[in-house]
Amino acid sequence: MDTTISIGNKGKGVRSDCSVTLTLTNKNGIDLQIDSKVKSLFGKQIEQLARQILAFYEIENAILLVEDSGALPFVMAARIEAAVRKLITTEKEFLLPMLEQNLYQTVRERNRFSRLYLPGNTPSLMINAGIHHPDGIILDLEDAVAPDKKYEASFVVRNALRNLDFYGTERMVRINQVPRGLEDLDYIVPQNVNLILVPKCESASQIHQVNERIETIKVKHGIKGNIWLMPIIESALGVIRSYDIATAAPNVVAMAIGLEDYTADLGTKRTNEGNESFFARSQVVNACRAAGIQPIDSVFSDVGDMEGLKNNVLRSKSLGFDGMGCIHPRQIKVIHDNFAPETDEIEKAKKIVNAFFEATERGLGVVSLGTKMIDPPVVKRAQRTIDVAIKTGKLKQNWREEEHVS
Amino acid sequence: MSAKFEKNALGRLVPTEVNGKSQIPYQGVGKYKPTGRKYAPPIASCADYPADGNKIVPSLKDALIKSGLRDGSVISSHHHFRNGDLIAVQIFDIAHELGFKDLVWVPSASFECQSSLTKYLEDGTIHHIEGSMNGSLGRFTSEGKMKGMGILRSHGGRYQAIQDGDVVIDIAVIAAPTADPFGNATGDRGPAACGLLGFALADSQYANKVIVATDNLVPFPCVPWQIHGNYVDYVVVVDQVGIPEKIVSGTTEITKSPDRLLLAEMTAQFCDETGIIHDGFSFQAGAGGTALSIGVYFAEILRERGMKARFARGGSNKYLVKMLEEGLVDYILDGQTFDLEGVRSMRENEGHLNTSPFTSYNYHGKGNFASQVDVVILGATEVDLNFNANVVTHSDGVLLHGIGGWQNCLFSKCTILPIPLFRDRIPVIRDEVTTICGPGELIDVIVTERGIAINPLRTDLIEKLKNSNLPIKTIQQLKDEGEAICGVPEKPKFTDKAVAVIKWVDGTIIDTVWEVE
Repeated sequence: MDTTISIGNKGKGVRSDCSVTLTLTNKNGIDLQIDSKVKSLFGKQIEQLARQILAFYEIENAILLVEDSGALPFVMAARIEAAVRKLITTEKEFLLPMLEQNLYQTVRERNRFSRLYLPGNTPSLMINAGIHHPDGIILDLEDAVAPDKKYEASFVVRNALRNLDFYGTERMVRINQVPRGLEDLDYIVPQNVNLILVPKCESASQIHQVNERIETIKVKHGIKGNIWLMPIIESALGVIRSYDIATAAPNVVAMAIGLEDYTADLGTKRTNEGNESFFARSQVVNACRAAGIQPIDSVFSDVGDMEGLKNNVLRSKSLGFDGMGCIHPRQIKVIHDNFAPETDEIEKAKKIVNAFFEATERGLGVVSLGTKMIDPPVVKRAQRTIDVAIKTGKLKQNWREEEHVS
Repeated sequence: MSAKFEKNALGRLVPTEVNGKSQIPYQGVGKYKPTGRKYAPPIASCADYPADGNKIVPSLKDALIKSGLRDGSVISSHHHFRNGDLIAVQIFDIAHELGFKDLVWVPSASFECQSSLTKYLEDGTIHHIEGSMNGSLGRFTSEGKMKGMGILRSHGGRYQAIQDGDVVIDIAVIAAPTADPFGNATGDRGPAACGLLGFALADSQYANKVIVATDNLVPFPCVPWQIHGNYVDYVVVVDQVGIPEKIVSGTTEITKSPDRLLLAEMTAQFCDETGIIHDGFSFQAGAGGTALSIGVYFAEILRERGMKARFARGGSNKYLVKMLEEGLVDYILDGQTFDLEGVRSMRENEGHLNTSPFTSYNYHGKGNFASQVDVVILGATEVDLNFNANVVTHSDGVLLHGIGGWQNCLFSKCTILPIPLFRDRIPVIRDEVTTICGPGELIDVIVTERGIAINPLRTDLIEKLKNSNLPIKTIQQLKDEGEAICGVPEKPKFTDKAVAVIKWVDGTIIDTVWEVE
């Protein structure tokens, strides 16, 4: 086994992160070297944390070098733990106390207009992600992490799920492709992750494998709540099997399409117009609707082109998608604004909801608008349109009071 | 050190004597009223100057010698060329070559391009700096290596100090993009065009000797004459006064950072909801990506509503120029030009006016422009629970920035500081700031990405935002939130040696910078 290991990031341009180099030795106790840009303010706390972790793993002789670019404690703890566990065999996890505000669950029908991808080994991009209020935040262990950094990223992602406030957004993780991704589940399932993205999904059996592993972990840790799944279809085979995948398990709440890999698989190029993926997108939407889950579109990768993004969102919405991925916080507002219901949709929804309230006030069992009867699912959908309109600022919270007054 | 210290009105320990001159501790906003008369330079006679108006001497060295350069001379320079300045270092190279010691440098601001001056601070050529000590010079000062005590002043405070005779400048060297042999000079044209030369106004009026250095000599008359030749003793023609591409400041693009854009958006929404943005309002947003973005949001709001601003105070830049040319603002009252669009606009647009620290900021005058501005957007390295703010030192105690026009701008009707709640791991809201540059009573609003704190003194603003969906919090809540994320930082450690003082706009001392351990 190695006796020296380096974990983490350092150098120019690295912020809110650190690099740790650990060497296990046979004598002379703990030699701790801290080189931190915040040393005069946090030097003692850094030293305390480092010694606490080494003691936790019963390491008595070691040289530990911490090169710190202002890492928050949960990041530094992840780095040091990853280094230790590379050198000694242990199942023990060093966990800082879970933030109370991270204990929420999300509901199946929740809005999923936007989900922001964050590379799992780049803490600086995670720290402020929640303040931009996407519907979901994806801590990515898959394509956004270099192969040789995947090991250390799992610790950062795990700690972020525990110790970073995401301000109420749905907390998602994209695991690696099954079977490798199954190991990722050990890190994230016990940390109240809300939704797991299963990339490059090509069969229902992959979903079953994920769920079996989740169940095992849940039993082991006595976890109760729901963990939702969002498979990502990224190949021709996946598109063909999309309905099987969408209906593979009751906790599959949405299914996404990933167009970079899909177009590569087809042997074609991805264009902004998207003619090459029209079939696949329609097929995914169709499979999702048949299965009663949310169809979610691919990301738009030109972060500087807001007009292109807007057109893409409108095209996506017209195809039947309920949301899409994003890779930059500035894309969130454009996605929300354009997935949000349009004025005529809102007006129609208002009429239906009003009719529902009036029927309820009068004690009528049946809701009708003019001469037309309205079924309960229609009312439910109208109410959702209203909720979204309020959330996106297109309608006031108290719209009924205001309109009744006038 | 044998210096005596006294607590000022903010409870900060400040020296009663700096570099042999007695000082007045800060007494509160508007409390200290000077008496007596302004400083006046010696009376000159035309008999001593060439009747043909040709004041050209062969070199800067000749000019400095003719100006009476000696041990202990007080020499000023200006930051119109920002990081592209080529003159300040030359002055001290010459002084060093001639063997003079204990000079005092009075720049209107220092930049990294002048960091080589540390060697003259070390060898005793320069005794101390009065102005600003940025970057390497600041670090040098913080380490206690400067022979004398540094003095930091705002742009307005610099005018005040020169006008009042707090600092008497022996030789002013004004680097000018265009000048004539008589000494008339302008900054709005020439290969090193920088816009205006307002920071040199006080020096031209009050220095004992004035040298104009230019790389673009034109026959008399040089128009416009931003600097009047009638104040000038000698003119020097050099190969190059400044590096044009470095004159444009690095912070003149709107930010691409999503976090800063969010800050800008929240700030603009705040100004909108409080009614600060109205037809005929005025604003000042400095350099820096966030401030520039706020200007862009202001423009959007004005355009949508069919309104316009009466004036904007610059730092002018291409975004402000666009607003002017689009008719969204009547006037730019410009204190310094941040990019070449600003320089062009100053030449071409009647509504683009150049101002100086005298008109804009001088506190010992009959009013100034700064207090008439509806809203000003500024930065800070730290803010404390009393809304006192710091712009010069970092939380580790090291001096790294100058004050600029920051203190002067605090007198606007609403001062907003949009700042991140923490930088890397360093929380921005502290129990007590490391160095007080501005008293909390003048700072109205702190906008962070995680919440907005309004100074409790501004009950009017608090009332207006009662039903807002903006995240209004107390400053204590913001501090707690930042510390929950970062941890509570230790205090930096200082020795008992004062290395620099921070002057308030009226010349009193508001705080002391201490040597770091």
